[in-house]
Amino acid sequence: MVIQQDKMQSLATRMSQDEVKGRSPWADARKRFLRNKAAMTGLIILIGVALFALLGNQFAQWSNEDLDFTVMGQVATMGMPSFENGHYFGTDDLGRDLFARTVQGTQISLMVGIVGAAIAVIVGTLYGATAGYVGGRTDQIMMRAVDILMSIPYMFVLILLLVMFGRSIAMLFLGIGLISWLDMSRIVRGQTLSLKNREFIEAARATGVPSWKIIIRHIVPNLLGLVAVYATLLVPLMILTESFISFLGLGVQEPLTSWGALISEGAGTMNYGTLWQLAFPLFFFVITLFGFFFVGDGLRDALDPKDR
Amino acid sequence: MALLEIDDLSVRFATNDGEVQAVNHVNLSVEAGETLGIVGESGSGKSQLSFALMGLLARNGRASGNVRFDGQQILNAPPKVLNRIRAEKIAMIFQDPMTSLNPYMRVSDQMAEVLTLHKGMSKKQAVTEAVRMLDAVKIPDAKGRVRLYPHEFSGGMRQRVMIAMALLCRPQLLIADEPTTALDVTVQAQIMTLLADLQREFGMAMILITHDLGVVAGSCERVAVMYGGRIRETGPVGPLFAEPAHPYTQGLLHAIPRINQGGDELAAIPGSPPNMTQPPAGCAFEPRCPYRREGCDSQRPPLEVFAPDRARACFAPLPDVLARRQTVHLRDIEIGAEDPVEEEATPMAAIAGAGMAGTPSKVDE
Amino acid sequence: MMTKPLLDVRDLRVTFRIHREGAMPWSAPLPLHAVGGVDFTLNPGETLGVVGESGCGKSTLARALIGLVPAEGQAEWIDGRDLIGLSPRQMMKYRSDIQMVFQDPLASLNPRMTVGQIIAEPLRTHHPGLKSAEVKDRVKAIMEKVGLLPNQINRYPHEFSGGQCQRIGIARALIVEPKLIICDEPVSALDVSIQAQVINLLIRLQKELGLALVFIAHDLSVVKHISDRVMVLYLGKVMEIGSSADLFADPQHPYTQALLSAVPVPDPAHDLAGSVVPLSGDLPSPMNPPSGCVFRTRCPRAQAACAEQVPALLGQDHRTACHFPGPLTDAEIARARNTEAA
Repeated sequence: MVIQQDKMQSLATRMSQDEVKGRSPWADARKRFLRNKAAMTGLIILIGVALFALLGNQFAQWSNEDLDFTVMGQVATMGMPSFENGHYFGTDDLGRDLFARTVQGTQISLMVGIVGAAIAVIVGTLYGATAGYVGGRTDQIMMRAVDILMSIPYMFVLILLLVMFGRSIAMLFLGIGLISWLDMSRIVRGQTLSLKNREFIEAARATGVPSWKIIIRHIVPNLLGLVAVYATLLVPLMILTESFISFLGLGVQEPLTSWGALISEGAGTMNYGTLWQLAFPLFFFVITLFGFFFVGDGLRDALDPKDR
Repeated sequence: MALLEIDDLSVRFATNDGEVQAVNHVNLSVEAGETLGIVGESGSGKSQLSFALMGLLARNGRASGNVRFDGQQILNAPPKVLNRIRAEKIAMIFQDPMTSLNPYMRVSDQMAEVLTLHKGMSKKQAVTEAVRMLDAVKIPDAKGRVRLYPHEFSGGMRQRVMIAMALLCRPQLLIADEPTTALDVTVQAQIMTLLADLQREFGMAMILITHDLGVVAGSCERVAVMYGGRIRETGPVGPLFAEPAHPYTQGLLHAIPRINQGGDELAAIPGSPPNMTQPPAGCAFEPRCPYRREGCDSQRPPLEVFAPDRARACFAPLPDVLARRQTVHLRDIEIGAEDPVEEEATPMAAIAGAGMAGTPSKVDE
Repeated sequence: MMTKPLLDVRDLRVTFRIHREGAMPWSAPLPLHAVGGVDFTLNPGETLGVVGESGCGKSTLARALIGLVPAEGQAEWIDGRDLIGLSPRQMMKYRSDIQMVFQDPLASLNPRMTVGQIIAEPLRTHHPGLKSAEVKDRVKAIMEKVGLLPNQINRYPHEFSGGQCQRIGIARALIVEPKLIICDEPVSALDVSIQAQVINLLIRLQKELGLALVFIAHDLSVVKHISDRVMVLYLGKVMEIGSSADLFADPQHPYTQALLSAVPVPDPAHDLAGSVVPLSGDLPSPMNPPSGCVFRTRCPRAQAACAEQVPALLGQDHRTACHFPGPLTDAEIARARNTEAA
C-alpha cells in the first residue's frame, strides 16, 4: 500500500506539473545533422562563402569597376596576387581587381542559385502537392502540362530568350525559374501520392478538414524534408546552369559578373601565365558546389535515417 | 545431446541513439523433433534471437555467446560453414513470404536452384522434386502452378510455397518467425495444421516464434517467454499455461480475450514495454509488475529452475504469484508516460530502429 | 418499445471502378463491388462488431459510413437524414457526430504535429470560434480521460509507444463528443498486453459517454469481447448478424462456423486440428464473384440451388443469409476435410 500511495501522490503532482517540452522530428534531425562531420564541414564552407560575398567588399581596396592603370598591359608580370598593391587575388586581363570581381561574381552566382531554387521550392511544392492531393483529372492535366514543358529543350529556349530580349539578370532569373520547378513538382507529387493514403490524412478528411488546410497543414510539412534535400542539390544545379550560360557569353552583362563569366575569362587567358584569373573563381565555385552537396547529403541522412 | 544448444547468447545493435540490447544472456536448447515456442511482444528480442542463430543480423548487430548445432559452433561461423548449414540443416520461414521469394523468378526455378546448388541434382530432377514438395504442402495442381511467379499465388499459398522451399533440403530444424501473423484465421489454421503434419512427416525440430499465445498453445511442446531481451519463463506448454509462474506470463494469459468464455473487463498489463537503449537496472518488467517488491528495480532476477523442466526469472516467491497475492495495485494509466524522457532517449525510434536494424540486409553472401 | 436506431443502413453498396492492367486508357473500367448491399441497424450506445477476413470489405464499409469513399444505398441517421450522397457542406454537420479510430496508431498521427495540435484538430475544424485557452483545457481534459498525462501535450507522436498513440487517436475522436465511433481494427497492430488496455478503455468510455461503436476486427475473440451484436462479412456481403452471445454460441451460417472453428485458443488442451472446419480453395476475386451465394465455392454444404439464387438475410434478431442454415454435421465436416486433403 505504501508503494501505491507514493504512486498516487507522484501522479497527482505530475498532473499539475508543467508541460513537458516535446522533441520535434526537426529537432531530432538537427541533432543528427550536427553530428555529421562532412555535412558540418560543408555548412562551414558555405557560411564562409556567404560571408565572403556579403563582407568581401569591406576588405577590397579596389572597386570592381576601376582599372588599375599601373598594371594594365603587363598583367602577367605586375597583376599577380599580392598584398602590397591591394590586389589580393591579382587583377583580371583589363587590370580590374580580381578580388572585388570575385566578390561580385559570388554574390550574383549565389543569388541566381538561391532564387532559382526558391522558385522551384515554392512553385514546385505547391503545384506538385495540389496535383497529387486532388488527383483524378486535375492531376492528369497538371502533370501532362509539366511533361510538355519538360520536353522543350530548355537550354535552347533559354538562349533564345536571352538573345531575343537581351541579356539581363531578370531575364536569367525568369528563364531559370521557368524550368527549375518542373522536376520538383514531379518529385513532390509522387511523395504526396504516397502521403495521401496515410491514415493521418484520412483522419483529417474524415473529420471534415478542408482540402487546402490538409495540403498546408498535413502534406507540406511532411514533404519539407524531401524538399529541403532536393533544394540544396538544386542550388548548385542552378549555379551550374548560370555558369554555363555565362561561359557561353550569354549570361550577366558587364560590368556585372558571375563565377561562370570569371571562369570563362580566366580560361581564355590561361596560356598567358595568368593562372590566378582562373584559379580564384574556380576555387570558390568548386568549394561551394562541394559544400552544397555535402549539406544536401547530410540533410538527407538527418531527415530520413531509414534510408542509410 | 540436444540438437541445438544456445548458451549465453546476447545480441547488441549499435544505433545512432546508443547501443540497443536486443537479446541478453539467453540459454535454450531444442531436442531433435521437438517444437519450441518463443513468445514475446514486439521489441522483446525474439526475432533478433532467430536472426542471430541464422547469422542474418543486420550489419550493425553483434552476437556473442555460443550456439551449437549438432555439436558444431554456428554462431559467428564463417559464411561458408553458415551457408551450408543454412541450406541443408536449418531452414527459416518469415512472416512475409515475399522476403524469401524472388519476385522475378518462377517458383520452379527458385526451388530448383536450391537443389542443384546444394544437392547437385540435375535441373529436371530438381523440378520434379520441387513439384513433390509443393504437393507435400498441399498446393493443389502443383505441377501446373510450379511455373508461376510468386505474386500469382494468394497470401496463404505463398506461405505454403515458402514452407515448401524451406523444406527442400529436408532440414533438421525449421525456424518459423511469425509464420501466420499476416494471414487470416482460417488460413492460419490451415498453415499451422500443415506445419504440424510436415514436422511429423519429416521428423524435424521446430522453433516457432510468435506473439500469439493461442498459436503456441496449439502447436508447441515447450515454451520460452521473452520480455525485454531476456527469457522470463520456460517450461512445457501444459503446466506453463495452467500455472504461469512469472508475473508477465500470468499477465499475458489474462490479457487475451478468449473466444470460448464470456468476458468481463480484460486484465490488461498497464504500462509499456521497456526502451532497450536504456535497459532498466533491475528487472525490465518491474514497472508493470503487480508483484514487485524491494530490490526488483535494482537487481536482475536470474533464470532459476523451480520444478523439473521449468524455470523462471522472478524475485517474487512462487506461492505468492500462483495465489495472486499482489503487492501493488497498478492503475491503468500509462506508466511509461510518466517517466521523463531524457534528451538522448528515443523510446519508439530505438525499438523501431532495432527492428529495422534487424531486418536481414543480405541473406546470402 | 422500439427505440429509433442511431443509424439504419439499408442496401449499402460501394463499387470501385478498376482499370484492367495493360488496358487502353479509354476502355471502360470494370466494377469491383467492395461492399455489395449491406443492411444493419445500430442503436444508440450499442457496439456492433464487424468481422471477416481480409478483402471482405469491412474497412471499405467503415470508410463509406464516414464518407471517405462514395457509396450508394441508404444510411439513415437518427434525425431521419440519409447520410449517403450528402454534399460536403451538409455532411459537415454529421462529421462531428461520427468519428473514426484507425488501425495503425503511429501512421494515423501526423508526425510533424504535437499531440495537442493533433487532438485539437477536429475541435478547431468544427468550432472555429473557440479561444485557444479553452481548446487547450479541453484537450487536456480529454487526454486525462483516455489515460494520457495532460502535461505531455507538447510531445510529438514518435515519443509515445504504440498503445499511447492509439490513446491519442481515441482522444482525437472523442473531443468533438461524437455519438458514434467507427473503430477500424483499432487493436490489431498492438501487442496483447497493450491491446487489452485499449479495449478496456474503449469499453469504459462507451459506458461513460453512451457512445455507439462500430468495431471492425479480424480477431474474433476481441470482437466477441467488446460487441453487443456481431456482423459477419464475406466478399462484401453480410453472411450472418446477431447478438454476440447468440452468434458465437449458435452460429447458423457455415462460414461463421468455419471462422469460429479456426480461432486459436490459448489452451494446450484444445485440439485445433480436430475441431477446425477447413475451407477449400481461395477467396474468389471480388471482380468476378460467384453467382448466387458468394460463399458457395468454399461451402461444405453447397448445392445446386446455391449457385442460382442469392440467399436473403432472413430471421428476426439473429439473421442469416444462407439457403441451408444450421450447425454443420460431423459428416459435412469430414467431407470438408476430405476435399481439403485431396
